Amino acid sequence: MGTRKLIIDGTEIEAEETITLLQACEQAGAEIPRFCFHERLSVAGNCRMCLVEWVGAPKPQASCALQVKDIFPNKDGTPAKINTKSPYARKAREGVMEFLLINHPLDCPICDQGGECDLQDQAMGYGRAAFHRFNENKRAVEDKYMGPLVETVMTRCIACTRCVRFATEVAGVPDLGATGRGEDVEITTYLEKAFSSELSGNVVDLCPVGALTSKPYAFNARPWELKKTESVDVMDAQGCNIRVDSRGTQVMRVLPRLNEEVNEEWIGDKTRHACDGLARQRLDRPYVRVNGKLKPASWAEAFAAIAAKVKATQPDRIAAIVGDLAAAEEIKALKDLMTALRVKNLDCRQDGAKVGLTADGQKAPRQTYLFNSTIAGVEAADAILLVGANPRWDAPVLNARIRKAWLAGGLQVANIGPAVDLTYPVDELGTDISVLAKIADGSHPFAKVLTEAKRPMIVLGAGATTRKDGAAILNLAAKIAADTGMIGPAGTHADGGWNGFNILHTAASRVAALDLGFLPLNGGRDVGAIVDGAQKGEIDFLYLLGADDFDVAHLGRAFVVYQGSHGDAGAHHADVILPGAAYTEKDGLYTNFEGRVQRGRRAVFPPGEAKEDWAILRALSDVLGHKLPYDDRAQLLMALEKDVTHFAELNAAPVHADTAPATWGGIGAAGALDSAPVTHPMTDFYLTNPIARASATMAQCSREFVTGAGKMAAE
Amino acid sequence: MSLRRLAPPEIQPPSFAFSAENAEWAKTIIAKYPQGRQASAVISLLWRGQEQEGWVSHPMIEAIGKMLSMPYIRVLEVATFYTMFNLEPVGTYLVQVCTTTPCWLRGSDDVVAACKKHIHAHPQTVSDDGKFSWMEVECLGACVNAPMLQIGSDFYEDLDGAATEKLIADLRAGKPVKPGPQNDRVSSEPLGGADSLKDPSLYDGSIIGKYEPKAPPPPEAKKPGA
Repeated sequence: MGTRKLIIDGTEIEAEETITLLQACEQAGAEIPRFCFHERLSVAGNCRMCLVEWVGAPKPQASCALQVKDIFPNKDGTPAKINTKSPYARKAREGVMEFLLINHPLDCPICDQGGECDLQDQAMGYGRAAFHRFNENKRAVEDKYMGPLVETVMTRCIACTRCVRFATEVAGVPDLGATGRGEDVEITTYLEKAFSSELSGNVVDLCPVGALTSKPYAFNARPWELKKTESVDVMDAQGCNIRVDSRGTQVMRVLPRLNEEVNEEWIGDKTRHACDGLARQRLDRPYVRVNGKLKPASWAEAFAAIAAKVKATQPDRIAAIVGDLAAAEEIKALKDLMTALRVKNLDCRQDGAKVGLTADGQKAPRQTYLFNSTIAGVEAADAILLVGANPRWDAPVLNARIRKAWLAGGLQVANIGPAVDLTYPVDELGTDISVLAKIADGSHPFAKVLTEAKRPMIVLGAGATTRKDGAAILNLAAKIAADTGMIGPAGTHADGGWNGFNILHTAASRVAALDLGFLPLNGGRDVGAIVDGAQKGEIDFLYLLGADDFDVAHLGRAFVVYQGSHGDAGAHHADVILPGAAYTEKDGLYTNFEGRVQRGRRAVFPPGEAKEDWAILRALSDVLGHKLPYDDRAQLLMALEKDVTHFAELNAAPVHADTAPATWGGIGAAGALDSAPVTHPMTDFYLTNPIARASATMAQCSREFVTGAGKMAAE
Repeated sequence: MSLRRLAPPEIQPPSFAFSAENAEWAKTIIAKYPQGRQASAVISLLWRGQEQEGWVSHPMIEAIGKMLSMPYIRVLEVATFYTMFNLEPVGTYLVQVCTTTPCWLRGSDDVVAACKKHIHAHPQTVSDDGKFSWMEVECLGACVNAPMLQIGSDFYEDLDGAATEKLIADLRAGKPVKPGPQNDRVSSEPLGGADSLKDPSLYDGSIIGKYEPKAPPPPEAKKPGA
């Protein structure tokens, strides 16, 4: 692809032929107004707001729909002249704006988009405020039902079709469409069904006007009242970059933040809309169980109760479990405290995933539990084997990335596990795990696909790693990875090596905890054995750091300390409750499934007496007589970086320099495969963690999309 | 043009299936398009479905969506975009009255009045006996025989109020009707016989080769500077 010279507003630039004139103008520093054009969607060219003057052309040109390669030079060979600021271009845009406003209601004061509306902003620039020549009534359009998350005021719609293109192209759920034509065109779902995508909230961001707005956030706040805090999401393990908008002590909404390497500019609906759960079911003061009932207590009383129990208990009868939402800081603090108490029964794998440990009970190398291909790397992949993974639910934004790779062409996806609609065609290999063994020994046809692919990937989801034979599956997967050339040494690929061995975690805390070795090393008990031990009376003291998603109801007579933010399952069975901070209320480091460390920031303060989690553990350690050696977060971070060096490298995914096959021997353990069919353990995308379970919006989504109670029940 | 929505659920049929003959035909249409582009057949199939049932119903949209492996919303978009797809039930005889300028100048108002009188006061409404409904349409391209209307695939031309009333009455009574001009014309020849090109020598071959240009040859262009 060549380049072409253009003179844009008097400056000559060299633009690539593949881009559009709009992008070329932006490269030249011109600002082009637009409604329908969006970098990540196909070009529609229907709003006409991006008109520019091509000197010599008979009409103004829609710059979004004109590719640079189609702009021929002048007859005398001089580069084509494009004017973006000339009176001609300006008049054309003013005309378009006038047309757009004919039917657009003047309800900005009651419109949720007010203050962050493209139409409002551009009307300031191109509106003809001086006169208005239309005395006719404005067209009115009936509002549509699009599900519990998207509010519609369709009279405001300017028919840019960004939402339709997003649904069809990025989300891969072609539920939206434009019916009718001309003035009567209407954006609608098919017969007013809900827009059943896990990414549906993004159409609200895409809508340049107030036609599609956020239903849970309707009439709650104005953008200029909000404090914006850049943070990281914890609803899944992808670590989507988010902006937390808060007012006073309340998180009002969550929006995506641009990060090409992680989430582009999308986030899932759980990430966006679980935030109302941050204000419900909160633990805002310590509690101690007295005579079978939880009674409010002071911090000192709660610590004293814990200290009394810990001092009376042998280390091998103590256990600790880290939940899914914990930041690296508190995992490190809990690990240090437990190490000081000589406790070995530590686990961060609530779901029982068989990852992170070598066959002889040591911490496994990092590559064995990361999503090594990286999220951006998915776009380069040409064959993917999913084993027990449902990326649409496990990490919806990652699924959109896989779909993007499929749309670009050449990607072949196969799935071992229940068939689900992943929004791209999938070669369903059934739910029998023995297929994996066949691929490993080369007797299955997909083995050939993997071998012939340049950048093949295998993705193990929770449905594979949490099985009884999870270690054997890991071992087989590593064998497949090594045999089919998934692990390319440095220099074989453009980015310095390719690693197609991927574990798809769903817990935001998981990789950091595995990195920090929060594992039953040297023969400690794992989650299953801890629960088992508690029931048999072999575990007397259990410390839960926000752990709710395991068998908490069967802990026998063990003394349970629950430290966390929400009154969920763990808190119900606790003897002492220590109120912690949710992810929006503390500064914290989170490592996503790629191994990328990202920083979450505090947007609001924790409610009531709740404290930042690492500080609670630091205070508790003092009472227990094993004072942790850090007094503030800076010292803790120093200790963290000393422990695991990559905590010092924020925002970078690991580079796979060490992809030598030698390190791939010790993954999992060879063994017999179980005959049970592969399943997806996640039964409800919308209710996977304490925050989401406390959210009324998520409960409504679950009724609408998962349990199928439908629209009537949801309202 | 007005808002186009599917008919209300209570009048939607429970199901739709192409007749055996049409289903066979649909296969040949779908086969015309390359693999992966079957959705291109959507207009043909909707049109044939409408010929079969008279109008495009909700089950028809879904049946065609399934046949072409395309999302229902995409079929709905097409069905609502094109005004020639009837989204509501029509009578056995759908009377499409042209009211575009040439027909209107030649008295399409009288044709419309006859429809209002003998079919229903409102367009797109089935008459009480279920046999008729009428609608105004844009130019059907038979302006030389204006005013005209279309029923099924036949044009009825050179109408006036009385001829329209008779046409409707005949159809209602099951009497045979003649498509084409409803006055003395055979096709679009001048009414009352030809008034030009009447010279018999035009037709007996006698003038072949006798044509002489009458215009004087163009004067030689002056050369510039001469």
